[in-house]
Amino acid sequence: MDREKKDKQKKEGFSVARMLEERGVSRRDFLKFCSTVTAAMALPATMAPKVAQALDKVQRPPLVWLEFQDCCGDTEALLRSANPTVGELVLDILSVDYHETIMAAAGHQAEANLEKTVKEFQGKYLCVVEGSIPMKEGGAYGCVGGKSHLARAKQVCGSAAATIAVGTCASYGGIAAAAPNPTGAVGVKEAVPGATVINLPGCPCNADNLTAVVVHFLTFGKLPNLDSHGRPLFAYGKRIHDNCERRPHFDAGQYVEHWGDDAHRKGHCLYKMGCKGPATFHNCPTQRFNEKVSWPVAAGHGCVGCSEPQFWDTSPLYRRLPNVPGFGIEQNADKIGLAFAAGVGGAFAIHGAMNALRKDKDGTDENKKDGEE
Amino acid sequence: MAKIVVDPITRIEGHLRIEAEIEDGKIKDAWSSSTMFRGIEKILKGRDPRDAWYWTQRFCGVCTTVHSIASIRAVEDALKIKIPPNAQLIRNIIIGIQGVQDHVIHFYHLHALDWVDITSALKADPVKTAALAASISDWPNNSATHFKAVQEKLKAFVGTGRLGPFSNAYWGHPAYKLPPEANLMATAHYLEALEWQKEVIKIHAILGSKNPHPQTFLVGGMSIPVDPDSQNALNADKLITIKRLLAKAQDFVEKVYIPDLLAIASFYKDWAAIGGGVGNFMSFGEFPDPISGNLWFPPGAIMNKDISKLLPVDQQKITEYVDHSWYEYQEGQGKGLHPWKGESEAKYTGPKPPYEFLDTDKKYSWVKAPRYDEAPMEVGPLARILVAYVAGHKESKAAVDMVLGKLGVGPAALFSTLGRTAARGIDALLIARQTPVWLDALIANIGKGDYRIHANEMWDPKTWPAEASGYGWHEAPRGALGHWIKIKDQKIYNYQAVVPSTWNASPRDAKGQRGPYESALVGTPVAKPDQPLEILRTIHSFDPCLACAVHVTDANGNELVRVKVS
Repeated sequence: MDREKKDKQKKEGFSVARMLEERGVSRRDFLKFCSTVTAAMALPATMAPKVAQALDKVQRPPLVWLEFQDCCGDTEALLRSANPTVGELVLDILSVDYHETIMAAAGHQAEANLEKTVKEFQGKYLCVVEGSIPMKEGGAYGCVGGKSHLARAKQVCGSAAATIAVGTCASYGGIAAAAPNPTGAVGVKEAVPGATVINLPGCPCNADNLTAVVVHFLTFGKLPNLDSHGRPLFAYGKRIHDNCERRPHFDAGQYVEHWGDDAHRKGHCLYKMGCKGPATFHNCPTQRFNEKVSWPVAAGHGCVGCSEPQFWDTSPLYRRLPNVPGFGIEQNADKIGLAFAAGVGGAFAIHGAMNALRKDKDGTDENKKDGEE
Repeated sequence: MAKIVVDPITRIEGHLRIEAEIEDGKIKDAWSSSTMFRGIEKILKGRDPRDAWYWTQRFCGVCTTVHSIASIRAVEDALKIKIPPNAQLIRNIIIGIQGVQDHVIHFYHLHALDWVDITSALKADPVKTAALAASISDWPNNSATHFKAVQEKLKAFVGTGRLGPFSNAYWGHPAYKLPPEANLMATAHYLEALEWQKEVIKIHAILGSKNPHPQTFLVGGMSIPVDPDSQNALNADKLITIKRLLAKAQDFVEKVYIPDLLAIASFYKDWAAIGGGVGNFMSFGEFPDPISGNLWFPPGAIMNKDISKLLPVDQQKITEYVDHSWYEYQEGQGKGLHPWKGESEAKYTGPKPPYEFLDTDKKYSWVKAPRYDEAPMEVGPLARILVAYVAGHKESKAAVDMVLGKLGVGPAALFSTLGRTAARGIDALLIARQTPVWLDALIANIGKGDYRIHANEMWDPKTWPAEASGYGWHEAPRGALGHWIKIKDQKIYNYQAVVPSTWNASPRDAKGQRGPYESALVGTPVAKPDQPLEILRTIHSFDPCLACAVHVTDANGNELVRVKVS
C-alpha cells in the first residue's frame, strides 16, 4: 500500500468492512455475517442491508472490558462466540483497548491504556462490565491497581457511551449478592445510577446476545429496547417455556420422574425435576449455546432461571416452582411467568420460593404428587 | 531498595497483585496478593447440598467444570453414593477435554506473549517461517502462503495505529529471544488456537449442554441421558461427533502445541534454572476407573525436590493459616486449622483504597495459606507429572523423557519456570491421548445395554442421615483441589474449598514461609524494573486462577439469612 493511501486511511479511520476486506474476508462473507447477526437480534431479514450499511461506516469504536467480582465466565463465553468470532470482534470490529484476561500489557502499562481510552474517547467508547461491585468495607473487597471496583466503575462507566453488564453478577449482583451478601455486592446500574446500562444476565451470558447488542449499537447508534429489568427484548422478551422444544410434553402431561428413566431418555418435560423454564425470560431454546449445539433442557437438565434477578435466592435447582396446583395446564405456567415478568411479581415469587423452603424444613414432602397438597 | 508493584497481573483469571523488591537486577523478595473477595462458601450455608455444585462452579469460569466435580464427589462421599459407570466415564471425558482445551488457551493466549514478540513477526520471511515449521511438524496449515496471509493481516492491523489488546506491552524488551520467523509461526498459531478452542469444547455442549459452565452435573451421576434409540439422549450420532472432536484436539496438541512448545523452549533454556519455587509437590491423582475406582494419574507428594521418594497424600494433613490473610480465627492466629474445623471471618485490615503499597509485614491477601504437613506445596501440571513420573506411570514417563530428550536437559530442569510450562504441555498430550480411551469404554458399555446415568436411591434428601461429612477431591488442570462439606438436617452446615491457586498464590504462613509464587520469584532476574516481563513469565508459568483461590467459611453453622419478603 502506498504511503498516501495509508495516510488517508489513517486519517479517516478504518471501517469494519474495510478492515475485514484487508484481512481477506470477502464482501459475500461480510453480508452473510450481517444476516446472521441480524437474525440474532430478532430483526427481520430485510434489516440486514441496513446492518451492512452501518458497519461499512463504523470505525472500530473503542471498547473497554472491566472485571470486578467475577469468575471470568462471561469472558470465556466471549471466547466461544461465533457470529462474529472473538478474533473478528477483537481485531476487526472493535478496538478492545482494555481487557485484563486477554491484553498483553500488565500493571502500570495496562492501567495507562484504560486511562487513555477514557480520556481520549470520552462519551464515545463502549464499556463491558463482568462481575458485581462490592460496596462494603470502603471497597476493599475488590481492588485493581490499588483502586476499588466502585471507584473504577464510577470513572469508566460514567464516561462511556453505554455500559453492557454481562452476566447476572454485573446485572444484579449475582452470586456474590446472594444472602447474606457478605461484601454488599450490587450490579452496575445500582452502583453507578447515572450510567447508561443494558443488562445481559445469564450465568454466563450468551455470547451471541452480547455480539448482537454490540452490532445493534453500531448499526442504530443506540441501545435496543429494554424490559423492566434492563434486558433487551430481542433476547429476553419471551419465556423459555414458550419456546421450549419439550413444551408439547408439558401440555400432554408427560414428565420425567427420575434421572435416567424412560421419560428422561425420550426427552419429556423436566418440570417435575425443578425446571424454571415457566418463570424465566431468555432466548436459550432458540439461540442455544456453542454455535447452537445445545442448551440445558436439550441435555436433560432443567433450566435453573439464571437470568432472572434474585435467582440465586429464589431458585433451588431441583425444587418445583411454587404455587402450581396442577400439571399439564398451560394457564398455570403462564400465570407464574406473568408474575415474574411484572415488577411487583418478584416479591410474590420470592414469597412462594420461601414458602417452599419452609415447608421442606417442616418436613413437608417437596415432591408430592399432583393433587396431594 | 526498589519495590515494584505489578497490578493488575493480566492474562490470568481473577485479580492478582505482585509486590517485589529488586536488588542488583534480581528479585530479592516478593509478595503475592489477591485483591478480590466474594465469600461464596459463607453464602452456601443452609442451602441444598445437591445445589452446591452449581454454586461452587461459579468459583471460576475458566476452570469451569472442576468445582462441580469436586463438589458432587464431596456430597457423594458424605452420602456414600456409588455412581454408574456411564456417569463416571462421561465425567472423565468432560474432565479430559477441559484439561486439554484449558492448557492450549493458557499456552497461546495467556502465556505465549511473555516469550513471543508479536511486533517482530512483521519482519519475518514467510518462506523461512514455513521451512522452520516444516522442520518440526507436518501440520497442513504451516504453509508459506498461510504465514504470509497472517503477516498481511497483522500489518493491516498495526497500520491502523490502534493495537487494541496488544498496545503498550513490553514489545522489544531485551528478554525476548525468538527470531522473527518463530514469532510469526507462534502468532499464526495464536490465531488458529482461538478458532480451535471453541470447536473442541463443543464436547462440553454435547455432554454438558453448554460451555462455559456446563449444566448436567448431578449428585449421584449425570443428567445427560443415554439411549441409542432416542434423539433426545446421548446416541451414536453424538458419540461420533465427540470422537471426531477428540481426534481434532489430539491432532492439534501433537502437531502444533508440542512442537511450538519445544521450539520456543529451545531458545529459552536459561529459564530452566529460574523460578524453581518451594520444591514440594502434591497431586491428588485423577481419572477413576469406572469399575475399580483406581486412578489413572497416580496421587502422591514429593518433598524438597527429592524424586527418589514418593509419599502418600493424606487430606487430614492439610491446614490453613491466616496470619497474613485478611481473616480472623476465634482463638487467634499462629495455628493452622484443618478444613473440617475451618473457621474464619473476613476482616480487612489493609490500607484504605486507593493505595500504593500493601503492608506486606502484616496481612496482605484474601488468599489463605494452606500447608501440607506444615509445608507450602506447589500443585498443578508440574506436580502431577512429577508424581506420575516418580510413581513409574508408563505413559507419563515416556512423554517426560521425550520432552527432556528433545531439549537435551535432565529431570532437574523441570524444577523451573520453563519446567512448569513444559509439564503443562506434557499433561495436555497425555490427557489428549487418554480421553478417547474413556470414550471407547463408554461406547462399549452402552453397547452392552447399560443406559444408567444416575444412582437414584439417595436423591430424595429424606433418605439422608441427620448428619454427614464428605471430602471431594479433583486433580484439576491447575492442580490439587479439595472440597469439604458438612451436611446437617439435609442442608449445608459448613463448606470449605482449598483450591490449586490457594496453594500456589498463598501468602506467608505463621512461620513466615513463602508461598510457591513468592518463592519462585526470588532470584528471578529483572532487566528493566519498569517493564517486569520476567515476573509475568514466572507467575504465568503457574497459570493463576484467583477467583477460586479466595473463600471463607463460618464454623458456627449459622442458618442462611433469609431473604426479606415484602
